[in-house]
Amino acid sequence: MAVELDVFVGNTTIMDEEVYQLWLDGYTVNDAVKVRMVSEGMEEYEASAEVVMSDTMDQYRTFQMCERLLHNPTKLANQLLFQIPPHRQAMLIERYYTFDDVFVREVLGKKLSKGTKKDLDDVSSKTGITLKSCRRQFDNFKRVFKVVEELKGPLVENIRQNFILSDKLARDYAAIVFFANNRFETGKRKLQYLTFQDFAFCAGQLIKNWTVGAVGESVFLYVLDNMVEDMDVDLDKEFLQDLKELKILITDKDLLDQHKSLVCTALRGKTKVYTEMETNFKNLSRGLVNIAAKLTNTKDVRDFFIDLVEKFIEPCRSDRWASADMRLYLTHYTNSAHLLDTFKYQVVWDRYMGVIKSCIFKMYHD
Amino acid sequence: MPGKLKAKIVAGRHLPVMDRASDLTDAFVEVKFGNTTFKTDVYPKCLNPQWNSEWFKFEVDDEDLQDEPLQITVLDHDTYSANDAIGKVYIDIDPLLCSEAASVISGWFPIYDTIHGIRGEINVLVKVDLFNDLNRFRQSSCGVKFFCTTSIPLCYRAAMVHGFVEELVVNEDPEYQWIDRIRTPRASNEARQRLISLMSGELQRKIGLKVLEMGGNAVVGYLQCFDLEGESGIVVRAIGTACTLDKLSAGANANAYTHPNTAPASNACNSPSKDSKEPVFSEDPPTALGPLTPLRVLPSSSPPPFSSSKPCSRQSSSSDTDLSLTPKMGMGSGGSVGKEAGPLKMLLRQQTQTALEQREFPFFTLTCFPPGFLVHVGGVVSARSVKLLDRIHNPALGNPRPYKLLDWNSVTADEPETRDAWWEEIRQEIKSHAKALGCHAVVGYSESTSICEEVCILSAAGTAAILNPRYMREGCLDIGSGDHSCGFCHIPYDELNMPFPAQLTYCYQCRRQKVPDVLFTTIDLPTEAAVSGKGCLIQARLCRLKKKAQGEVNATSISNLLPFMEYELHTQLMNKLKLRSMNALFGLRIQISIGENMLLGLASATGVYLSALPTPGGIQIAGKASGDLSNEQHVLSIQKRINDAMAKNKEMYHINPPELSEEAAGSPIPEPKQRSRLFRSQSESSDELSELDLSHGKKDAFVLEIDDTDAVEDIHSLLTDAPPPAGFYSCNTEVMPGVYNWTSGLQMFTSVRVLRLSNANLTNQSLNKIFTDMCENLLKSLYFKLRSMIPCCLCHVNFTVAVPEDELIQVAVTAVAMSFDKEPILEKLGDRANEDQLQFPMELCAESASVAISNLTAKFTATSVDYGSFADRCSTWLELIRLKAHTIRRGSVKTSRRTQSLGRSRSLRSTRSSGGGGGGTAVTVVKMTPLSFLPGTRLIKYLGIINMFFIRETTSLREEGGVSGFLHTFIAEVFAMVRAHVAALGGNAVVSYSMKECVFMENPNKNQAQCLINVSGDAVVFVRDTDQEATPTLIHTSCGGTDGPT
Repeated sequence: MAVELDVFVGNTTIMDEEVYQLWLDGYTVNDAVKVRMVSEGMEEYEASAEVVMSDTMDQYRTFQMCERLLHNPTKLANQLLFQIPPHRQAMLIERYYTFDDVFVREVLGKKLSKGTKKDLDDVSSKTGITLKSCRRQFDNFKRVFKVVEELKGPLVENIRQNFILSDKLARDYAAIVFFANNRFETGKRKLQYLTFQDFAFCAGQLIKNWTVGAVGESVFLYVLDNMVEDMDVDLDKEFLQDLKELKILITDKDLLDQHKSLVCTALRGKTKVYTEMETNFKNLSRGLVNIAAKLTNTKDVRDFFIDLVEKFIEPCRSDRWASADMRLYLTHYTNSAHLLDTFKYQVVWDRYMGVIKSCIFKMYHD
Repeated sequence: MPGKLKAKIVAGRHLPVMDRASDLTDAFVEVKFGNTTFKTDVYPKCLNPQWNSEWFKFEVDDEDLQDEPLQITVLDHDTYSANDAIGKVYIDIDPLLCSEAASVISGWFPIYDTIHGIRGEINVLVKVDLFNDLNRFRQSSCGVKFFCTTSIPLCYRAAMVHGFVEELVVNEDPEYQWIDRIRTPRASNEARQRLISLMSGELQRKIGLKVLEMGGNAVVGYLQCFDLEGESGIVVRAIGTACTLDKLSAGANANAYTHPNTAPASNACNSPSKDSKEPVFSEDPPTALGPLTPLRVLPSSSPPPFSSSKPCSRQSSSSDTDLSLTPKMGMGSGGSVGKEAGPLKMLLRQQTQTALEQREFPFFTLTCFPPGFLVHVGGVVSARSVKLLDRIHNPALGNPRPYKLLDWNSVTADEPETRDAWWEEIRQEIKSHAKALGCHAVVGYSESTSICEEVCILSAAGTAAILNPRYMREGCLDIGSGDHSCGFCHIPYDELNMPFPAQLTYCYQCRRQKVPDVLFTTIDLPTEAAVSGKGCLIQARLCRLKKKAQGEVNATSISNLLPFMEYELHTQLMNKLKLRSMNALFGLRIQISIGENMLLGLASATGVYLSALPTPGGIQIAGKASGDLSNEQHVLSIQKRINDAMAKNKEMYHINPPELSEEAAGSPIPEPKQRSRLFRSQSESSDELSELDLSHGKKDAFVLEIDDTDAVEDIHSLLTDAPPPAGFYSCNTEVMPGVYNWTSGLQMFTSVRVLRLSNANLTNQSLNKIFTDMCENLLKSLYFKLRSMIPCCLCHVNFTVAVPEDELIQVAVTAVAMSFDKEPILEKLGDRANEDQLQFPMELCAESASVAISNLTAKFTATSVDYGSFADRCSTWLELIRLKAHTIRRGSVKTSRRTQSLGRSRSLRSTRSSGGGGGGTAVTVVKMTPLSFLPGTRLIKYLGIINMFFIRETTSLREEGGVSGFLHTFIAEVFAMVRAHVAALGGNAVVSYSMKECVFMENPNKNQAQCLINVSGDAVVFVRDTDQEATPTLIHTSCGGTDGPT
């Protein structure tokens, strides 16, 4: 008495958001049925396991049929096979591309290659996310990466237009693409305390300020636009070169002292950790400027975050600076440089420190 | 040279990758009509080619225009090998031939391949220039409108109903031709699709000719079916009702609604000023306006519509095919009444001179009628006949196939009209049944077949009725329906000379005429009928095993089983009806399907409580006279369960018959009946049966004896039918009696289930249980799936059963779920209106505010009988009628509550509607419904009939997700293609949609499956009730705009 065939097709495609989520989470049909049977409101419909099973199978089939279209969300809007109201389409896409922060943390900055994909079962057992879901999320990253890699123009906008995602999600994807492209190291033990959102914020800052596209509005770059393929994905080489000049802040003894005294004057009496700031000033300044100077090396770009943590955040934390202290310090540290007569690289300095400041603010957890 | 067909290939998109090396495609397009083919240039290396071709022009006869589809093939160019086909699009250009329908076909069509399914889309523009030709009507019937809808289409008015038209064409099935052994499955599928497309075109043209000959201009209730008879070929047959329809212009529309009884005759009928707005063929208006100038004066080269000369007796001479046992069947068959025709002739007294009497077949495929059309309803008449299939002789095909040397080749050579004769025979039978019931017409008429190997059951069913003859005459008009909302219930036959035993009482409404205790019909509930409470879907299900056999033996055993099946189905229906305390069935449809080793019977209908009919009595359980105490207790417990179930049902369906004071007042009513007797139906009884029934009847109770195994089964099936969950109702008719306040929430769906029986030795009982559970589970699944639409009603629930293979049972359901507004309470009105405003804050605040106001006015006017105030907003003819019915009822019974809810619902619906649809996408949203209307909208234009046939085959069943994955995709593809065609015609909905055929075959061992689907419906343009001033042209351009190439 086996049910050989069982289908339900609506003129408007029926999709249950709850089942969709179970499907996205990689539940098998049987597991999904178990979850649904105990979920709320089921008794109301006196739904037997059989009925729920049939419904779940149907929906899973629909999702599988839709998956092909979800890989290319722009197609979903003008395909003819499924009649789905626009707001449902948006929901389908958004949910399909939504990822688990725990998962993305594991692959952030890694090369989106077959090799990484093979290791997903480890990631799955570590994070407790089903392998199926891990694969979907990974493939999403890869797909977005592949598409925007070849596109010109602003990264976030490209992602939003090609995948019809919300602004927030598009920005997250931009961060993932940016990290994957520059292969930033995020997996070290010292960086474990950082969440994906911390990194995503930093990536946003880097994209906004340090890439070729960052200076976007000037006429000069409109010309460049035609030549620079990945204007938002790669860091601005020229800028990185310029950063070397900042070294003068630590190599020139006078300048270093002058900078220190300016900062100290400004800070005196405003913080409890003033002494620690004063003693550590040279160390910290060297740390930050050295990071800047080394960024021309791809290897050092990868270590950017670990360097920030090692050279700045850890020393501060060991001295028990509060977030407010750190903000205060960095603000005055940045501003005081403008008062140095012999320091001529104000523009580069601002562009550099602006990002460093906001990154550290974000990365400094109390 | 009466027509020029022009086609332009604009662009393609989402094409599949045909060249693995480059991951691209070099696509070009072949456009074929008849024997002429044009090609576009190759658009190299692109998946979204922009051909933007010139206009390809085909100069053709309009006869071909009607028969042939435009065939568009997309191919991948290959320099070194043969070009690979990507897929095809068949476009039926018939809608372009009717000036009132679409003027251009333009839009994206899915490119369909029978092996791979949909592979991308193509944008096409098609136009037709028809030349004026005085001989236009000689072979072709351009301009005749076709409607699947089984009522007078909204926005039209019936000037005249001419009557029954039928036609069939036969051909060999390409799948069974010798060439099929050497060609690919794709070629064979395409040959079949094309052939059926051609045959339906031809059929439609021929029917059109008959209509013109009768002086009509349209076919309503057009029902076309395919019989895939295997070796013996394909039969495409169609029936319909020829009418003369007048289009109501928007202004006239409102006019007619406001003053339905006072509208001047000339206004709606044939006033030239109005008709000239729709130049059918501008130069020759009188010809186009059938009713004014009877077309019979035209020289006609085609044969008369009904070849009445065809003698029925002819069939009996061919011995092997004459297994039509129905007339001889004693019990249960619809047929037996016919024998009594003799003494009943006197019953035909009054209407002898009506137009109907002169017709060979006074049949109407309509199920819903203008008010006043239906005078009395007699009951269901049906006929079945079992036939052995033979090869169809078709002279057009030339010689018989050389590889077949079977003996019957010689037998069949001279019988080109076998199928015609078969159907004629059945129709005669139906006609005589109707006469026996004192009726001169059959309404709600339909025909169907079930084929297994070489045995075929032909079935026909309808409702015997007496019609108002004025509709048959020219120049007839809106008939004031009077106030007899109960008229149709009154018996048409002579009380003293009843064709079968039935318990008659005086009508509970008018007290003047006699009514039967139970009424079965195949039509929709007449809008004027007074009903207590809501209706519900009632199904009787039955399985009967039979031995495997061949040929004549098989046919005989099937014919022997048929009467028993009909009897049992009928008993089941009657029991279930009683259990629900209802007294009438509408939309009754009995399907009997044959398989190798079993017969399946499924009867579906909508039960209602007609206020005019007596209250049904209870069901009494009786043990077979035994003093056994435990047995008696058992009997008592069952009795209690049944009584409880009845009480519960009464409450659930809100059945509160107004019986209180009337019993005393009504003088001629016999003593109130507590129990009804079991009688075979009004229609289906026979003399043998009546004997049988009387024995039941002597007990003067509806008695089920539980010692009887059948009765145990009956009781079992009675009590296992689970009621739908709270918030759900279901019916198989157009609308649910008792539910009026629809919102625009709408979901049409098709669900298919196939069950594989285990090999174990099955008994009839266990098989019955399996089948019943299958249907029940399917319904449960539907309720669960659609739970978000509560409160909701499944309307037009259409079950089809089949036995595709030995151990398989297939059930397919197509229906529409419509949500309605539950709160009919007056006090809440204002609050709710506000809520609704809040619910849709973004859409057109001003509009919803105005709606809220109109809502309130509706509330206040509702108490005074003033439906004129609604009338201008009344979207449909149907609704007006409903409204009238309400007003009428209000006089006697406490229904004012409902009227208010009606007024309210209209406004709610309109607010909802603005929230519904999905603007902003590139794809036009196309609604589909098996009903003839869309709630909350006005249909402003019919664009033509949609009649599509698709075949899908796979040789990689597992890879496509197994049988379920395969069929799921295919049904979704069929929907997509229907929607695309409608959108290309400029429409935004399909009404009266139905899936006529869904033949599924699988061979999992070979990883193969094949499925054939035939769907039909009417493409329409609708506007929301709220869009008062929207014009068709506006809609059309907007559709075209969104659809057009970018």
